[in-house]
Formats: sequence, structure tokens, C-alpha cells
Amino acid sequence: MNSSGKSVIGRFGVHFAVLVFVVIWTIPTLGILVSSLRDKDQIIASGWWNSFSTSSQTGAGRLGTAADQVEKDGKFLIMGNLFEAGNAATLSAFGVRSQEPTKYEAGSVAELNDGVTLQVNEDGSYVLTSPVKFEGARGQRVYYAASTPPRFTTENYQTVLFSEGIGRSFMNSLTVTIPATVIPILIAAFAAYALAWMRFPGRALLIAVIIGLLVVPLQMSLIPLLKLYNGVGVFFGVPVKTYLGIWLAHTGFGLPFAIYLLRSYIAGLPREIMESARIDGASDFEIFVKIVLPLSFPVLASFAIFQFLWVWNDLLVAMVFLGTEADQIVLTAKLNALLGSRGGDWEILTTSAFVTIIVPLIVFFSLQRYFVRGLLAGSVKGG
Amino acid sequence: MAAQIFSAIFVIIVGVGGCVAYFWGANKLLDLIFPSRGVAGAAAVDNLRRQGLVRPWLFVGPALLILTVYLIYPVIETLRLSFMDRGGEHFVGFANYAWAFGDREFRNSILNNILWLAVVPAACTFLGLVIAVLTDRIWWGTIAKSLIFLPLAISFVGASVIWKFIYEYRGEGQVQIGILNAIVQYFGGAPQVWISIPFWNNFFLMVILIWIQTGFAMVILSSALRGIPEETLEAAVIDGASPFQIFWKIMIPQIWGTIAVVWTTITILVLKVFDIVLTMTNGQWNSQVLANLMFDWMFRGGGDFGRGATIAIIIMIAVIPIMIWNIRQANRETGGH
Repeated sequence: MNSSGKSVIGRFGVHFAVLVFVVIWTIPTLGILVSSLRDKDQIIASGWWNSFSTSSQTGAGRLGTAADQVEKDGKFLIMGNLFEAGNAATLSAFGVRSQEPTKYEAGSVAELNDGVTLQVNEDGSYVLTSPVKFEGARGQRVYYAASTPPRFTTENYQTVLFSEGIGRSFMNSLTVTIPATVIPILIAAFAAYALAWMRFPGRALLIAVIIGLLVVPLQMSLIPLLKLYNGVGVFFGVPVKTYLGIWLAHTGFGLPFAIYLLRSYIAGLPREIMESARIDGASDFEIFVKIVLPLSFPVLASFAIFQFLWVWNDLLVAMVFLGTEADQIVLTAKLNALLGSRGGDWEILTTSAFVTIIVPLIVFFSLQRYFVRGLLAGSVKGG
Repeated sequence: MAAQIFSAIFVIIVGVGGCVAYFWGANKLLDLIFPSRGVAGAAAVDNLRRQGLVRPWLFVGPALLILTVYLIYPVIETLRLSFMDRGGEHFVGFANYAWAFGDREFRNSILNNILWLAVVPAACTFLGLVIAVLTDRIWWGTIAKSLIFLPLAISFVGASVIWKFIYEYRGEGQVQIGILNAIVQYFGGAPQVWISIPFWNNFFLMVILIWIQTGFAMVILSSALRGIPEETLEAAVIDGASPFQIFWKIMIPQIWGTIAVVWTTITILVLKVFDIVLTMTNGQWNSQVLANLMFDWMFRGGGDFGRGATIAIIIMIAVIPIMIWNIRQANRETGGH
């Protein structure tokens, strides 16, 4: 393979092409990560790709009115600041006419009409001086050019976690995900062992059914299960939308893949180990618990990661089987609701989105080896 | 909230404990009913045989029960409901199917689904293959693959927010904060509301799924490419084959089976695509797809189970050929076992 990229240009081309792919694939996620850390006013003022450079913008403001004036040394002064407190912008120039918004440099004294002078400094503070008393209820309009240094903050995270309900939804997602990941493993492992190593009539048919169920769209299950849950709710007088309901639903939907994945792995374990254990008098149960389970750890981990990601990222099942109140809404459903209610508030949306994807990303990066192994076993072997 | 955490932990303990207790207890019970130790030879053999008949069903029992309730029964029930009225009480024959094919929104969904099926699996497989081949040749290929693989961990809703931000529109001449419109404006074009342009908006939604799934195709195909014998490739190089010839005439035929697997896996995913359409457009501007339409009818006006079930059946019909192919494939492999 190494010899095929012979020419320098060819080799450079490969590096360049891969770089282009990587950039295209990374930029979308980077965009929301950067935006979630930006000040909410800056998010709408400039693209996130500009957030690392100092942004310059022009603005306008009004000086104080006649009511603010003070008399000093026989002159009348109005003082104040064009910027709001906490604004780290630097003013570079100012003007009093919209046609010449940057006529005077920051810090210089501008001579206006009738002996009135105006000085605006870099920090936005100004002094308007007049030999006669100011009159009129409206302040003088001032135009300026200012540059703002990049500013990053974790404020958005505090907002979404504690006042937008994302923190609560995060807990709800964990509540749904962990039991729905753990419960199917053992059930699937026993079934997988039986299907791989025990002989009984109907085994081949069962395997075929499970492989068939592997591709049955979730949509086929939703309406009957919704009816069933409603029926159970009415019959026993219990709420229809419960965590128990969604745990079982996710268990059911995850089982075909779990059994399929575990069976193909367990069937591949060396026959000699099983047989020598059997000769030593071990029962199927003992063989399963003492030999098969420990040996199957990698594939159990693979499945756990799959199921975790799939349940955590699921929207459809959660929308059908869980309520939309604060005590049940999971992250994906919450994010979907925010898209409707906070459509243009990108500081909320980007931050919430990042909170929802951070857990899968951590799981994914720390356990990528198992994930890839499961992916390969799940789709290449029997597919 | 504390109660919630407690109940979750409780469920894990009860669930896992219950499973363990069931498997251990049922197994023990079987040994007690049909003892194989401490009884006369013939009886022991007899009991062992009986154990052998029952035990497998003890092992597959819980799984079978859950599969029946959550998948097998619903499939049959959905089929039945598709011939019933909105409440599922009165038989209406093929009325729901007749409605579906006369409904403008449904036909629009079918066409869009066909479009998705034509574009997404092909694009993912092609891009995945190209990236797999390219990254195999460079020293930082593993890092590159990780980064391209990463979107696979992101939920469709999360991905939708990510891409909605990319497609974000501001009026012409204003500062664009969506990167796509910023690029368009930089080159002198007029910014567009990308997701509301009928027909083309489908492609802007497809991009999201392609972005997510290319990593999947890449990983599977990359591993298949590694499986091609080194000698085959060396022989081709010695014979003077160009990189393109090696790619088309040696690599592609060798991994054809894997390409088919990737293609069908993504095809099934595309048929089920729901979250992306719901969060991006909710089917507006002619971007509806079957899965989202089905969800819509489940709850629209109090829910029409007949029509919802009919749409589900139509998705299922599209899956059946793949299902049969999968089962055949698996039978061929396990035939000897």
C-alpha cells in the first residue's frame, strides 16, 4: 500500500483530502461547543468562527441630558459612560454626525458648535463641556467605533443547567438509561448461551426469528404498545407513563441485537473448554456462570455501550412512553421542546445540545475499542 | 428527584437481582424435580434427558416473553389495526390503505423516503469507503478516523441542533451567524432559508444523517479492507496496476459483501428516520417522511391508530426484503454449527 502513493504530489493530495474531510466533519460540533462558551450578545453579533479575534463594531449612544449637568469653574459639564458596566470594549473613534461616525480619535477633544466640546475616551467615558447651561430633554447623539476582545464564559451552562431544566432532564436521562442498559444484558446472555450451545427443537427457528426482529422498525411496535399500556393503566388504575414502562420497552427493543451479538460471540468460544467442563461434571448453569460469562466480557461491554448510546440518544420511545413534565422529560425530548420554545436563543440551544452530547462523547472516546468491536461483530459477521 | 434516583437504583438492584434469582432458582428447581445425582443409573439418565428438554427453555424463557410482548405481538397487532378504524374497534377493510395512497402528504412522504433511500446509503458508503482508503495511507489516519467517527455518538436531536445552527438564516446584508450563509454571503450570494426550500430541503436534512453515518460505513469498510490479503495487493502493484485500478478492480470486488451489509444497515436506518425531520422541519415545506408522518398520526387529533398502523406497515413492507436476505445469509453461516 505504501508504494502506491509514489509521487510527492500524490502523497500531499492524500493528506490534503483527509484534512478536508476531517475539517468538514469536525466544524459542526466545534461550532456549538465554541458558541456555548460565548457571551450571548456576541453569539448574535458575529459568527462563532470570529470569536477568537477581536471584533470591531460601530455603535451609537446618547449622552446624558440637561438634568445630569454639573457646574464647574463657570462651565457646565455632562459626564458619563457610553458603555454599560462590565463591557470590555475599547473605543477607537467617535463622531457626532452619522455621516462621520469616526471623525475624532478616542481621547481627543472635539470642538462642536457654540464652544461646546466633547471628549470621549477609550473606555467609553465622556465629558461634554459647554460655556452656557444645557437645555433640552434629549441627550446629544454620539457615534463610535469600538473593538471588543474575545470573551468566553460558562454563564450559559449555569443558565441551562439550573434555570432551563436541563439539569433535571440530565438526571431523568440517567434514570432511564442505566436500568435500560443493565437489565437486558443478563436476560440476553442466558438466551444467547442457550441458542449457541444447547440443543433443543425450535432453536434454528428462534434464531431466524431473532435475526428477523433485528430489522423490524420500531414504528411497528408503538401503537399496540401504547394501547397495551393505556389498557394496563386503566385496568390497574396506575399512571400510563412511567419509568418502569420505558425500561421494559427499551429492554424489549434492545434484546434482538443483544441476543444476536452475544450469540455470535458465545458460539465462537472454543468447544474444548465447554466439553472438558462438562466431562468434569459441570452443569449448563455452572458452565454459563463460571466460563461463558467471564470470557464474554468484551462483548458484554460492547453491547452495554451500544445500548447506553441508543437509549441515551433516543427520542421516539421517550416521546411515546414518557410524559413531558419536568419529572420525566429526558434530554433529547427537552432539547426538542427548546427548539420550539427558544428557537432563536442560540446561547440556550447550543449549550443544551452540548450538555446532551457530552456523555455519549465521553463514553465513546473512553470505550471506543469496545464500540468498534461490537460494530464489527454486529454487522460484518452475519449481517 | 432524590426519590427518582433511589427508584432507579432500586430497579437496577431488583431487576438484576430478580434475573439472577430467576435463573438460579429455576435451574435449582429443575435439578430438584428431576434429580440426576443420587438416583439409580437408568432413572438418572432419564432425568438428565428430561432436564435437557426443559433447561434451554428456562434460559431463553424471559427473553422470549419480552420479545413476544414488545415485538412479536405488536407486529401482528399493527397489521390487524391497519384494517381497523381510528379507535381500532371497527373493521374498515382497505380503507386506510386507500386513504394513504390518495393523501397528498402521504405521497409526498413516500417520494421523500425514496429520495432519502437513493441518496443517503449511497453517499455514506461512498464517502466511508473513500475515507477508509485514504486514512489507511497516512500516519495520522487513526486520529482522522476517530474525528469522522465521532458524530455517530451524537443523538439525532443533538445533530439537528448542530446543523440548524449551520443553516441559520439572517436577512440579507446582516451579519450571518450560520456558517453556510456566511460562506454564501462572503462569495457574494444571497443568504437562504435552507430548510424551507421545497425539494432541496430534503438534501439539507439528508446531510445530517450522512454526517452521522459515514463514520459507521468507514469503520466497517476499513476493517474489511484490512482483510484483503497483502499478497493480492502486492501482486497487483508488481503487475503495474495504478492506484485507481487497484481500488476498482481489486479492493471493491474483494469487499463487495461488506459493502452490501453497510448499505442495507443504513437503508433500514433511513426508513426509520424520524428525529431529524421532526426537529428540523416537522414535515413542513414538503419535507415529510413516513416515520414522522406515522408519529404524527399516532397523536394527531387524539390519535388515529388505523392510519398510523397503516403507515407503519408500509415502512415494514420496505424492510421485508432485507429481512429475508439477512435470515438467509445467517442460515448459510450457522448451517454447519
